[in-house]
Amino acid sequence: MTATAKKPRRKPPLGIVTKPGSSLRNRTGPWGILRPEFDWGKCTGCNTCESICPEGCIRHLEKKQYEADTEYCKGCGMCAAACPFSAITMKEEHR
Amino acid sequence: MRKMIEGSRGVAEAVGLCRPGVISAYPITPQTHIVEELSQMVADGDIDAEYVRVESEHSAASVCLGAVAAGCRSYSATTSQGMMLMAEVLYNIAGMRLPMVITGVNRALSAPLNIWNDQQDTMAIRDSGWIQLYAENNQEVVDMHIQAFKISEDDRVLLPVMVCMDGFILTHTYETVDVPTQEQVDAFLPAYDPLYKLDPKEPYTLGAFAGPEMYEEVRYEIQRDALASKDVIGEVARDFQAAFGRWYGDVLDSYRCDDAETIYVAMGSVIGTMKDWCDMRREQGEKIGVLKLRCFRPFPQDELRAALAKARRVVVLEKAISVGAYGILAAEIRAALYGQAATPPVHCAVVGLGGRDITFDTLDEIESKTRAGEMDFFAGLRREMLEAG
Repeated sequence: MTATAKKPRRKPPLGIVTKPGSSLRNRTGPWGILRPEFDWGKCTGCNTCESICPEGCIRHLEKKQYEADTEYCKGCGMCAAACPFSAITMKEEHR
Repeated sequence: MRKMIEGSRGVAEAVGLCRPGVISAYPITPQTHIVEELSQMVADGDIDAEYVRVESEHSAASVCLGAVAAGCRSYSATTSQGMMLMAEVLYNIAGMRLPMVITGVNRALSAPLNIWNDQQDTMAIRDSGWIQLYAENNQEVVDMHIQAFKISEDDRVLLPVMVCMDGFILTHTYETVDVPTQEQVDAFLPAYDPLYKLDPKEPYTLGAFAGPEMYEEVRYEIQRDALASKDVIGEVARDFQAAFGRWYGDVLDSYRCDDAETIYVAMGSVIGTMKDWCDMRREQGEKIGVLKLRCFRPFPQDELRAALAKARRVVVLEKAISVGAYGILAAEIRAALYGQAATPPVHCAVVGLGGRDITFDTLDEIESKTRAGEMDFFAGLRREMLEAG
């Protein structure tokens, strides 16, 4: 193989190469129209909602207190459906 | 070195000379001999590649996608139903702008099951972003694979290339083929130097997600680069000619077209028959020429306009059909000629489906039907079968 001077390279095509962390950078919360409302009075701290959330956006604040990060919560309602104590209600949210 | 070998063996040797790091394929008639030969070459240590056995064509294409994404030159081959099963991954490979080469052996699609040649399978993949080159004979097939890697990996292109060859007619035919030496190919085709690759030290995601705010721009770029790749295809063909002394045209190749009143257009191995038939008709004083499309994607619109500028009639032979519309190539040629001051009629003869022979008789029939003004028709139809029901 003949040695040639290294040619300048093009930019990578747009939108193909993504650096890690894009799911944090892309705030997907605004996609949804429903938000979970937590009734901390009914909550037993069983952790079902946190573990079932497909976005991983439910935070455990204290023993019987959870909340959803609305920057990423798309309002799918799985937490409300799974809560054994009906402590979560899906509410329409208009932005 | 000149050898008398089967077309499939020629492909395998050419691919081996291109030094792929990963080969993955699932055997399917009439592609089988190509990948059998390659797996044997790997097993014998003749080429330094990893041959990944898989359970389907979808997986074969996926293995290749991953290998190219990891920065490794990759190759696969398939046909017909296997091509259909690959389709999802083929769009991904093109969309991720990963350069690689697949031999698209041309075979009819089911149902009914048919293992013989037409070009329905690769034509069905035409919108995927793959460059599609169609070869006329086994020497061109060998040379086209070597060109294909170079075209594909060019920074201006970064698109996968499908080398299309007619099943059985080329794959299973023994012809004299001049197989280049390793030194020649190494000098022509440098080692693959990926623009980006998967690397644990510098992690990336490839082709992950683009929402409505970005997707159109990504598609615009693939379209822009696909159209511009015509220049690279021509450039590589000229470089190849300088290095190896063989020339097949750049995106088109014309035969006796200079003074031709009627130009026949087709792709693939049928061009050989058409040239002989053209010679015969020329002896009878008819001004007929033959135009070969080497490159179907990107579609050579401007080049076709120029090549057909003086034709009074154009006849397109189609080994595929867009069911419910008609011939794909003819439709695109009509579109290419649209809007000029004077456009010749473009006739469309669907022909040779499922391996039916295309003979001088077939071409005579097409000539007389198009002379009589038929525009879209199936040539060589056995009317007695249709009438018998």
